[in-house]
Amino acid sequence: MIELRDITLAFGDRELMRGASATMRRGELVALLGRNGTGKSTLLRAIASLGRVQGGDVVIDGKPLADITSQELARKVAFVNTERVDVEALTAFDLVAIGRAPYTDWMGRLGEEDRAIVERSLRLAGVENLMWRNVETLSDGECQRVMIARALAQQTDAILLDEPTSFLDLPNRYELCMLLQRLAHEQNKCILFSTHELDIALTLADSIALVDTPNLVYMPTREMVASGHIERLFNSDYISFDPDSHSIRLHR
Amino acid sequence: MQDSRNIVTPLLFAVLAVACVALAVGDLLIGTTNISFGDVWSVLCGTAEDEGLRTIVMRMRLPKIIVATAAGMALSASGLQMQTLFRNPLAGPYVLGVNAGASLGVALFTLATPMLGIAAMPWLVSFGVTGMAWIGSAAILLLVMSLSRKIRNINTILIVGMMLSSAISALVGILQYMGTDESLKAFVVWTMGSVSTVTIEQLRLLVPVVVVGLVLAIAVVKPLNMLLLGESYARTMGLNVTRSRALIFLSTTLLAGTVTAFCGPIGFIGLAMPHLARITFRTADHKVLMPAAILWGGVSMLVCTIACDIVARSGVMLPVNTITSLLGIPVIIYVVLRNSNRR
Repeated sequence: MIELRDITLAFGDRELMRGASATMRRGELVALLGRNGTGKSTLLRAIASLGRVQGGDVVIDGKPLADITSQELARKVAFVNTERVDVEALTAFDLVAIGRAPYTDWMGRLGEEDRAIVERSLRLAGVENLMWRNVETLSDGECQRVMIARALAQQTDAILLDEPTSFLDLPNRYELCMLLQRLAHEQNKCILFSTHELDIALTLADSIALVDTPNLVYMPTREMVASGHIERLFNSDYISFDPDSHSIRLHR
Repeated sequence: MQDSRNIVTPLLFAVLAVACVALAVGDLLIGTTNISFGDVWSVLCGTAEDEGLRTIVMRMRLPKIIVATAAGMALSASGLQMQTLFRNPLAGPYVLGVNAGASLGVALFTLATPMLGIAAMPWLVSFGVTGMAWIGSAAILLLVMSLSRKIRNINTILIVGMMLSSAISALVGILQYMGTDESLKAFVVWTMGSVSTVTIEQLRLLVPVVVVGLVLAIAVVKPLNMLLLGESYARTMGLNVTRSRALIFLSTTLLAGTVTAFCGPIGFIGLAMPHLARITFRTADHKVLMPAAILWGGVSMLVCTIACDIVARSGVMLPVNTITSLLGIPVIIYVVLRNSNRR
């Protein structure tokens, strides 16, 4: 579904990744891990065609990104970022309905089928009860789920999420990632999300993409845990990673 | 809870449309002198014999009503576009420098040309205040538009537009300082705004341009809806952001630029009426919001001109700008207070 072929990535003059390759399939939840400033967001934006790669190819469904029009891409890849959408008088239903944009007419009118898809997307994200609430009255957790419903309404095979758990409390973080896992497995979607939650990622994700500057290490979760990459990257004088419990320990 | 707006929305549209027509008719009847409905009707049917009455209705009141309605609709539609594009509730038709550009044009015409001794040049006179104002606002918008092709971040464009406006205001200030008393007064009168100085000949230009601008505003409702979520989301949903921005800027040039050229700067209608549309229609969907804002714009300007007329009976001719401010500012304060209380 999403293939990275030997890509070089940079932010301004600073090179972030070199020779990064990975193949992410449908039905797979992939966690993108890495320290701050290692290029997780830049990579996601490049795949969503919001940014560019300096070398190599991002290939979606066997077609290089450069050959895909933005309208075509909007039906293949949906994107969710951390930005909170606060718009006056915008209901959750209307927000999710905007996700139908790649399929609606010049005015964006919804047909019967579009309405059904919007409602189904809200249901899948577990927020059908918030349908007629204004988005500015929602909590961060509810808001993030509505944004995911919007991505679902876009009916893409792939969904990219940039740190979807960052403003959520602990139970909400787990629940949101479980939702992502369920969507990947049950709706057969390729879901790639960046996160700093090591334990959640290692418990729920099928594969891990780890930014080990300038490399991108990509392997199934179990192999990743056994490989020692994570200890090496996240250990410091103060903390260490325990591969058995998937958690971080403080040195005392 | 079902979406109650399905029933309320058509009802609100009907009420606003009726209000718009009623106010327009009211404005024909009410003026510095009242004219009876029967008399107005006979003029409109072409059966009136009183030449003076015909002149008042056809050459003074009717053009004024058309100008007021068109101006209100245009400013409100462009204000809504700016608020959504910049994702800023305090954006209005003038954030990109339309006003400043127009005032520079007018200042050059009324203040600078007498200084240079070229005020009587025939080609310049033929442009008139209106032509110069339009050229000024179009020039500024073209400048902002060409800059915006290079600038990704929409807030940077907002800042550039505002700084450009301030710089131009400073230039206009210099011209004002150096201008003669007589030319200064001509300039100040323009800055106060008026809907009654537009002639029937000018209407032939004003109305079609505003109509084209409104058609463009309706044509961008889907891009505007997508832009509600920000430009990143809009692009990943397949929107060509550069092209949409250009269309929105073009629409605003035609709407706000033209109205400002003909009527002078009319404050707060473009800022307040989109908010009133949001509050009354309880939606952020531009398919509803755009026509709602357009109707509210028409209604509000008609109310303002009627208010002007009523005040004028006491012998005080108020500039329309003062009335629109008094009407618009409470709406803005209400919106700002409501937003701050909710968080």
